[in-house]
Amino acid sequence: MEKLLDVENVSISFIQYTQGLNQRDLKVITDLTLDISEGEILAVLGSSGSGKSLLAHAIFGILPENARQNGKIKYNGKELSQKDKEEIRGKDIVLVPQSVNFLDPLMKISDQAIGHTENDEEKKAKKAKQREIFEHYNLGPEVDDMYPFQLSGGMARRVLVSTALLSDPKLVVADEPTPGLDQKTVEETLNHFKHMKEDGIGVLLITHDIHAALEVADRIGIFYSGYVIEIALKEDFSGEGENLLHPYTKALYKALPANGFELTKGHQPLHGEIPKGCPYYDRCEMKFGRCKDERPELIDLGNKKVRCFKYEGGIEDGT
Amino acid sequence: MLKNEKLLKFLGKKIVRFIILLIFVIILSFLLIDMSPINPVKTYIANLGVVSPEKIAILESYWGVNEPITTKLINWLANILHGDFGTSLIFRAPVLDVIKERFTASLVLMLTSWLFSGVLGFILGVVAGFKKDTVVDKAIKVYCYILQSAPTFWIALLFLMVFSVYLGWFPTGLGVPVGTLSENVSFWDWLHRLILPMITLSVVGIASITLFTRDKLIEVMNSDYFLFAKARGESGWNLIIRHGIRNILLPAITLQFLGFSELFGGAVLVEQIFTYPGIGQAAVSAGLKSDVPLLLGIVIFSAIFVYCGNLIADVLYNFVDPRIKEGEENE
Repeated sequence: MEKLLDVENVSISFIQYTQGLNQRDLKVITDLTLDISEGEILAVLGSSGSGKSLLAHAIFGILPENARQNGKIKYNGKELSQKDKEEIRGKDIVLVPQSVNFLDPLMKISDQAIGHTENDEEKKAKKAKQREIFEHYNLGPEVDDMYPFQLSGGMARRVLVSTALLSDPKLVVADEPTPGLDQKTVEETLNHFKHMKEDGIGVLLITHDIHAALEVADRIGIFYSGYVIEIALKEDFSGEGENLLHPYTKALYKALPANGFELTKGHQPLHGEIPKGCPYYDRCEMKFGRCKDERPELIDLGNKKVRCFKYEGGIEDGT
Repeated sequence: MLKNEKLLKFLGKKIVRFIILLIFVIILSFLLIDMSPINPVKTYIANLGVVSPEKIAILESYWGVNEPITTKLINWLANILHGDFGTSLIFRAPVLDVIKERFTASLVLMLTSWLFSGVLGFILGVVAGFKKDTVVDKAIKVYCYILQSAPTFWIALLFLMVFSVYLGWFPTGLGVPVGTLSENVSFWDWLHRLILPMITLSVVGIASITLFTRDKLIEVMNSDYFLFAKARGESGWNLIIRHGIRNILLPAITLQFLGFSELFGGAVLVEQIFTYPGIGQAAVSAGLKSDVPLLLGIVIFSAIFVYCGNLIADVLYNFVDPRIKEGEENE
């Protein structure tokens, strides 16, 4: 399958003032690697505040000014420069943001969805298309003239999703699309992503909601302290979790109420206090001596990836 | 219509508040003047030469100087209600006429500079915000800080020295040329004398609106919706115009209307320095020369003026911002 988006060893850091005029480089994302194919949903699962949204911002080239990004982001095999990103954002790659706060509070919904147009003809064409897609998502004509604050939670969600689909995108990046919604709206939203997948659109779902991720995603990337530590198949999250590779992923799976409710001691190291070796070293139950000082690379195991020395010789070697 | 009803109700409330405000302003200024050493009788007789004590006593009883303050206040209020603000002691003319003439002159000065500073300040603010941290932004910022920290009268003096005295481009003062009959004063004569005070007053007013606009625009540029608009492919000036200006125009206009009181304060100083025959200058002379009726009249009309400015800001806010407008309808 053709790779739509390739994120290779992306790191994002911020320049931060510590005391007085001393600066330090705060790494929020240290090593993020993932890929998405057409018609695939990849979920990036990480805890709140772990910097997942920055990944989305990096793809769109809208990181804050004081952020520094390294590594490659490739689209259809071609590495994207800032200029390329500006060129394709809103066209091939679109963002489904977190909440209604991402809509201009003083602009009517349809004007925002359509965006800037050069002339009346273009505007009319876009307007017709917008109406069609909105209709498809069960948004009546009265929604066009509403302001964001008048939308209900479910409506806002549908507006954000349909706005994204207006430009016939190839890739949809959804940044935390489910928090704060009731069960029904969550399901409805997730269904939208399933439909996109059926239409051959690649979806990058950035979330901290493991249930949402498990429900729709084909593969799930686990994000831990600024690293992607594993990219697992959805099917692996089953049984006793025996097919999951990384000890953290296993622990995470076992911590779910349905699978034992087991809690692993400790917490994710915060940005700036990540150990020299493996980020999971302190909590790992099967650590080796070298894990303390040496950082494992992400090992490619075909359709899965894992960052653990245990699997250096392949899956069989590890289990 | 529902909307008109809302507006009427809103205005009704504002008018009631305004009347209450006016009553307080009147009582307070009346009390203050009564307690101050200002003595209108002295002012009156100062122009008459030697006056016998008997005559002074007659004048005092004629004007009710020795009556209790409540009687004075009630008398004065009753006269005002009949449209009689009394006679100005220094201009020897009905207070209303003096205020009308002076206010017209001042209004022209204040409104032109208000518009000028508002438009220019807003544009500068948008440019500075959009080009944040560039040389352009820094230049605009430095300019604003200098103006913001410089006193109005000092700038006025500086302008007067440079443009009127050294360069001789503009006359040093007065609203019309000396020695010309009022019917012979041409529009150009009048405009010529308006320009320098107008520019001074604008230049002083620009700083706050520019810095405010710049700040607001940067705030908007860091907002989630601005980020999302970018992610949707909008960029450059289009983005600023579509999402930036839309969101900062209203607060900026409101600020500019709220600045009416400062404008008034600035006008007093500027008029004084350019000897421009406006309401500010009249207020200063009325205060210095114990012209009580004129002073009280000016206080009342100034209060009305400033209140109107704020009222317009409120109405505009209700009219332009859909969140407030629609929100009230949904109540």
